[in-house]
Amino acid sequence: MTGRVAVLRGDAVHRVHWRLGTDLLVAVCHCGAERDFEDPVVLWDWLLAHPVGHESGSAPARRQPLAVSAR
Amino acid sequence: MTAFVRDQWYVAAYGHEIGRELFARTVLGEPLVLYRAETGEVVALADRCVHRRYPLSESRLDGDTIICGYHGFTYDKAGTCVAVPGQARIPRTARVPAYPVVERDSFVWVWIGAPDLADEALIPRAPWLVDPGYTTVCGMEPLAARYLLLVDNLLDLSHETYLHGGYIGTPEVAETPITTEVDEDNRTIYVSRHMDDAACPPFYAKSTGIEGRITRWQDIEYRPPCLYLLHSRVAPVGVLPEEDGSDPNGFHVEVVYAITPETEHSTHDFWAVARDFALDDQGVSDFLAESNRTVVLQDVTALDILEKVIQAEPDGYQELSVNIDTGGLAARRFLERMAADAAEGARAARV
Repeated sequence: MTGRVAVLRGDAVHRVHWRLGTDLLVAVCHCGAERDFEDPVVLWDWLLAHPVGHESGSAPARRQPLAVSAR
Repeated sequence: MTAFVRDQWYVAAYGHEIGRELFARTVLGEPLVLYRAETGEVVALADRCVHRRYPLSESRLDGDTIICGYHGFTYDKAGTCVAVPGQARIPRTARVPAYPVVERDSFVWVWIGAPDLADEALIPRAPWLVDPGYTTVCGMEPLAARYLLLVDNLLDLSHETYLHGGYIGTPEVAETPITTEVDEDNRTIYVSRHMDDAACPPFYAKSTGIEGRITRWQDIEYRPPCLYLLHSRVAPVGVLPEEDGSDPNGFHVEVVYAITPETEHSTHDFWAVARDFALDDQGVSDFLAESNRTVVLQDVTALDILEKVIQAEPDGYQELSVNIDTGGLAARRFLERMAADAAEGARAARV
């Protein structure tokens, strides 16, 4: 497995890397903010909330109850 | 449930499906009749006579006009009624909607939404399907499931290991971490899974002739809502592209899906496999066509079951999402936003 892949070159690209050897996802906003997550639902909530919450540190987010349905 | 995303281009058919016979297909709940005009261009009209809503696809083509098989109302290529039986006056409202159509990359794309917003430049491309440097096999399978289930399926290929073992799945697919990228401006979702040392599934072993383990790259490029591209590269372990970007020792397969909602609970599952090797080998073509159709039908069986499960369950079921779902979750949110934007645009246009 190679390291951090970056293919898309636009100015508004969100990236999510699966940290090697762990179960952690690393979310990287186009603004440069970066944060670890254990839950992809919480991760997208944070990424898509840009710029809200993107100026703080990178403490891991804890798993939250999910409220997503296929419907 | 995510609403349909209107004001978008959708694949309604392969170009080779459309000829001088009237052809019916429903897209986003809208019944269409398609045919090829005498000059060669594809025409798409609403498939309901304005008079008593008889399907025009059950009617007759006379030159470039459709004569309704029930009472003879006659429509030209633009959907304008040009003849009404038994009277000279043609009512002003006697017309059926005509849909913008573009034939590109072997597909017939139709615009579903406000016709004045149709911009050909927005159609995502799949150039390999008509590139002489590639050989393509293709098909379409009807899916009795909502299109979102197919999006979910295709954005997370870890299911290959379990649902498609013996065809395209090997243990490494589910075990290898992914990188997910979302480009908001260019409306692209990209999911990369690069396996440095993986077993070679029969799909690639038999078509490429590679013996032993492989370097296998899966790069998904989803252009929501309709077009899905899987850029697949396989090569013997350790064989990588050259520094100048050329890749003479890699085998490249472009797997293309067009995900076209038919109704809220059914989908047209267009699939195509384009390869840049063994271009003239009919045996390889037959093998890839049969193998990929088998894989698609495995998905169809699973998703048809899932659709029934979802329809039977009470509201509020809470799914569990894990790391492999990162791309699928991105796609869902993208589609939800696109549907909301299109609905907002339609509301604004009515004001």
